Amino acid sequence: MTTPNTLPNRAAATPIPYIESKLIFERSREGRRGASLPASRGKSALKRIPESMRRKKAAPLPEVSELDVTRHYTLLSQKNYSVDTVFYPLGSCTMKFNPRACEAAAAMPGFTGMHPYQQAEDAQGTLGVFFELQQTLADVTGLPEVTLTPVAGAQGEFCGVTIIHAWHKANKTGRHVILVPDSAHGTNPASAAMAGFDVRSVASTPEGLIDLEALKAALDNDVAALMLTNPNTCGLFERNIIEAAKIVHDAGALLYYDGANLNAIVGRARPGDMGFDVVHLNLHKSFSTPHGGGGPGAGPVAVREDLAPFLPRPRVVRDEKGLFCFDGTSPESVGRFHAFYGNAAVLIRAYAYIRIMGGAGLRDVATYSVLNANYLLARLKKSFDAPFAGPCKHEFILSLKKEARAKHIIALDISKRLLDFGIHPPTNYFPLLVPECLLIEPTETESKETLDRFVAVMEQIRHEIDTDPDALHNAPSNLPIRRADDVLAVKQLNLCYACE
Amino acid sequence: MDAKSLLYTKSHEWIEPAGSKRKIGITDFAQGQLGDIVYVEFPKTPKTLAAGDEACVIESCKATASVYAPVAGTIVAVNSPLTTSPEKVNQSPLDEGWLFELELDPSADTSALLDLAAYEKFCKEEA
Repeated sequence: MTTPNTLPNRAAATPIPYIESKLIFERSREGRRGASLPASRGKSALKRIPESMRRKKAAPLPEVSELDVTRHYTLLSQKNYSVDTVFYPLGSCTMKFNPRACEAAAAMPGFTGMHPYQQAEDAQGTLGVFFELQQTLADVTGLPEVTLTPVAGAQGEFCGVTIIHAWHKANKTGRHVILVPDSAHGTNPASAAMAGFDVRSVASTPEGLIDLEALKAALDNDVAALMLTNPNTCGLFERNIIEAAKIVHDAGALLYYDGANLNAIVGRARPGDMGFDVVHLNLHKSFSTPHGGGGPGAGPVAVREDLAPFLPRPRVVRDEKGLFCFDGTSPESVGRFHAFYGNAAVLIRAYAYIRIMGGAGLRDVATYSVLNANYLLARLKKSFDAPFAGPCKHEFILSLKKEARAKHIIALDISKRLLDFGIHPPTNYFPLLVPECLLIEPTETESKETLDRFVAVMEQIRHEIDTDPDALHNAPSNLPIRRADDVLAVKQLNLCYACE
Repeated sequence: MDAKSLLYTKSHEWIEPAGSKRKIGITDFAQGQLGDIVYVEFPKTPKTLAAGDEACVIESCKATASVYAPVAGTIVAVNSPLTTSPEKVNQSPLDEGWLFELELDPSADTSALLDLAAYEKFCKEEA
């Protein structure tokens, strides 16, 4: 292999200018102020506060100017690796660009000025958006009944399995086990356990797909449902899904769809048509809300018709006069999953995104997310081991297993080195069934030039594995913080600044 | 413990070879695969398990892994110092890093357990 000559050398690989790393507390100077407040009214303001509850001395807040504060936050934001600044191929997270038009829609005063207790007749616009979004998501999923209220993917899952729990209870089946493949997102077993189920794992085939024989063997009278992601977390479409659905249904269980990877099939294939009974979507992933910082998100759930009574309330319906309103209670409903109507702004962004893209645009999302992933896979598998040869869907896996044994270069080293080149690392060590794996999802919004640069960087890293392993062991070398101590961070995370 | 004297499972547990109460832990290969271990979650004792049931959970920076009962029995003791110093499982998987003690069920079947040579062969094949 030759070293790509299009890249700067190691010393010059700095992606962002040197950034000062002072804490806001370290910028503090006694008496410095950013704003002048009106003169204190003296002791009178304290009168109502009992002596014992008053501070003996002032809180040790940073004393800084407005300029200090502005620089502090701006520099903090510049240290952040976000999809707005760098390529962010974080597998199974769909870190795609969020069109600003969707932000503009969510920021419209008609929406932002709405009070949650506003009467329905005064909120027809907002409720109309929710109503149409329910219908659109029913079209996207192929399942007719939708709730928009869950506020995260994991909460959508929890809602979905709670519905499954309620359905089995209503039908007195006594079933208490949920099956998950060994490639499942960790949230699947967690949600199932939270909803009161026991969890059993089903092995995958060497090709990375669900093993139908293992599935048949695992299904018994205790199994309430199988949770699947399709395409799965190996980036592969479960091509036996129709047969798997039949096996699950014949055994008296339901089939649950984790919508984390919907980006690969949106507009092209529908979970409902594949035989899924309950689906959750991650609007913040597939439908344009900035995410990765912990929220807010939205995890709507769609179900087949006979499961509708179990959905959380309220839902938006149309009355006989054609006005939008909230529906009443249902005795079978699993109850509320969030105050009011979930994360309204995320729902509005999703609605705007779907309207902007249109049906053809959404189909292009699937097409280009799959094309981009296959382009990267085809080029990178020349330099790295790809345990599943492809074609893949929207994401794919590389494994550093050989390098880990031969050179002590692990997946984490690759991820840390990518930071030096201004690229956010892919997902590490997930799915669990592939050792030393990187899960790479480029998304449809990246250009060929960006993908080519990523390939060039990965090829350079490949070269370093063979010639300069310390460049990887010591990475990142260009960032304010070098290799963080993960163990210490997990065991003794301390985020408090110790003032004297 | 002498690795040669122990018995092993394909899910990478080791178990003492004799006695009605036997200590159990994970192998050096397993701790290497997991990486830095940051947390060990034990069950309340006593806890009765069938062979292959989850006995405790180990969390590393990379992943969370279940440790299974190699044979049927009742957990009568756990290595509670690991709660505060889980890194012992990395440092000394066969000695200070033992996980729990199992009182074997009279029906417990040890015939499927591997000796060191068979376990090492299995690891090689799996890798």
